Amino acid sequence: MSAESINRSRAVDWSLRVYLVLAYLFIFAPIAASFVFSFNSDRFPSIPLGQFSLEWYKAVATDPLVWEGMGNTLVIGLVVGCVSTLLGFGAAYTDYRYNFFGKQIYMALALLPPTIPVIIMGLAMLAFLSRVNLSGQALSVVIAHVVICAPFAMAIIRLRLSQMDPALEPAAWNLGASEWATMRHVIVPFTKPAIFGALFITMAVSFDEFAIAWFVSGLNETLPVKVLGFLQGQVSPRINAIGTFVFVISMTLVILAQILLSGRVTPVTDDKE
Amino acid sequence: MRRAISIYGLTFSLPLLVWQVLFFVAPLVFLVALSFWTVKNFTMRPDFDPVNWVTMYGKPVFWQAYGITFALAASASVLASLLAFPCSYAIAFKLSDRARRWAVFLMVIPFFTSYLVRVYSWQIFLSDAGIVNVLLGQIGLGPYAMLNTPGATMVGYMTLSLPLVILLQLFSLVFIDRNLIEAAHNMRCGRLRTVFEVVIPSARTGLVIAALFCFILTFGDFVSPVYLGGGDPTTLSILITDTTKSGQQWPRAAVIALTMIGTLLAVAFVAVRFAYAGQAKGARK
Repeated sequence: MSAESINRSRAVDWSLRVYLVLAYLFIFAPIAASFVFSFNSDRFPSIPLGQFSLEWYKAVATDPLVWEGMGNTLVIGLVVGCVSTLLGFGAAYTDYRYNFFGKQIYMALALLPPTIPVIIMGLAMLAFLSRVNLSGQALSVVIAHVVICAPFAMAIIRLRLSQMDPALEPAAWNLGASEWATMRHVIVPFTKPAIFGALFITMAVSFDEFAIAWFVSGLNETLPVKVLGFLQGQVSPRINAIGTFVFVISMTLVILAQILLSGRVTPVTDDKE
Repeated sequence: MRRAISIYGLTFSLPLLVWQVLFFVAPLVFLVALSFWTVKNFTMRPDFDPVNWVTMYGKPVFWQAYGITFALAASASVLASLLAFPCSYAIAFKLSDRARRWAVFLMVIPFFTSYLVRVYSWQIFLSDAGIVNVLLGQIGLGPYAMLNTPGATMVGYMTLSLPLVILLQLFSLVFIDRNLIEAAHNMRCGRLRTVFEVVIPSARTGLVIAALFCFILTFGDFVSPVYLGGGDPTTLSILITDTTKSGQQWPRAAVIALTMIGTLLAVAFVAVRFAYAGQAKGARK
């Protein structure tokens, strides 16, 4: 890297590194604590720790409400992932291939929804969907989640398309392939890793989203909405157990996505809004 | 490449357009209409009456919440930017490629852990008999009341926004032309001066956008103010959830929501102008 010999002060370098470690400690402290306390026998979490125990996992596993929430979360996440990825793929390809009047507005629709605060989206969705008799169903959560997830899919797939040689598609046409055939044999295979990456990331986003789901889900609560309910009730290490469990699922999806998107282009740099 | 509208093209472009117009634009537009509806005997009726706007804007409670929310979000943006910069700077310039990739990967993990669980976890740290107070007790300090204070809200805000701010800052720092930094060093520009005269101006757009995202996130968050701040002072997001969940006062909640959107648009506009104006000035130098 630059400036190897000039202006290097070991003290500054080391204090920067120490600061970096402290920052990571701050960011990971709550995650680590939730993991540790999910195995702690005491009802009220404090140090020194009690004994190692799986009782909170047992409490969670025997709670039918948790299973119901989990079922809703999984089904909704799967549908949201598929629909968002399809819509996102279409939008990414449209942006890659076409130029048209009003494209900026189109792109705003394709990218902006995650920047609207979830609380406002939740209220707007609740008011609107209940007006058209769509609120209080699992479908309402799907609708709302696709709105905020499709932009993530679009961004991930667009990134992959931008790495494609633009001459590839015209070359296929010149060789006599129709647009549809070119899509099937050139574009889709090339973007396949990003398609699966987008699928897993959007599923992970849907798994964790609670605010909008809280507004529109009615009785079909997802797991995060149940956690919100637990938080409003009394303190319970069950939250830690659920949190750790959901964390493992989400991380599995993200790592799968990461592997698919290949280690070459640190891919997750543009999908973190 | 421009062609006549074809079935092929529409197949790919239309679905997202239809979905977002139906389920993103329409709800937001409906929110505007809703804010003019009236509520009588706990039922809403379509109307065109500015009464909700007049009522909400006439309430000192609303303006108090507005001021507090704005101040909290603005301080969070400044604080997050300041806390994040040494991190993103260290990751961008002091780590090897391999270590940097790991640093980025680690920084992405928080996005996929439940924010609710992390906030709950902070309660374990900050409560009166919590980890921090126990540790402070070991060296003879405290206990301090930390939970249910604005400080605790800020801890939650940092949990929410710091990873994003670091990543966005990092994204702009890694694209700085390293020759510029080398040149500054060659001209005997000191370390700090290089940071302030080369690194920050070059990365200005990214730094401002990062702060903007922090503002957007914290301005609308209700989890930290409720579960770490104890719901006091009341923020606009708390006001919205209370107004929505208690009775049929959705039109008033709509007024709050629209005021928030208006504020965010204004802040975003100013921030973007500032971000790019800074860049143009930097280019002229």
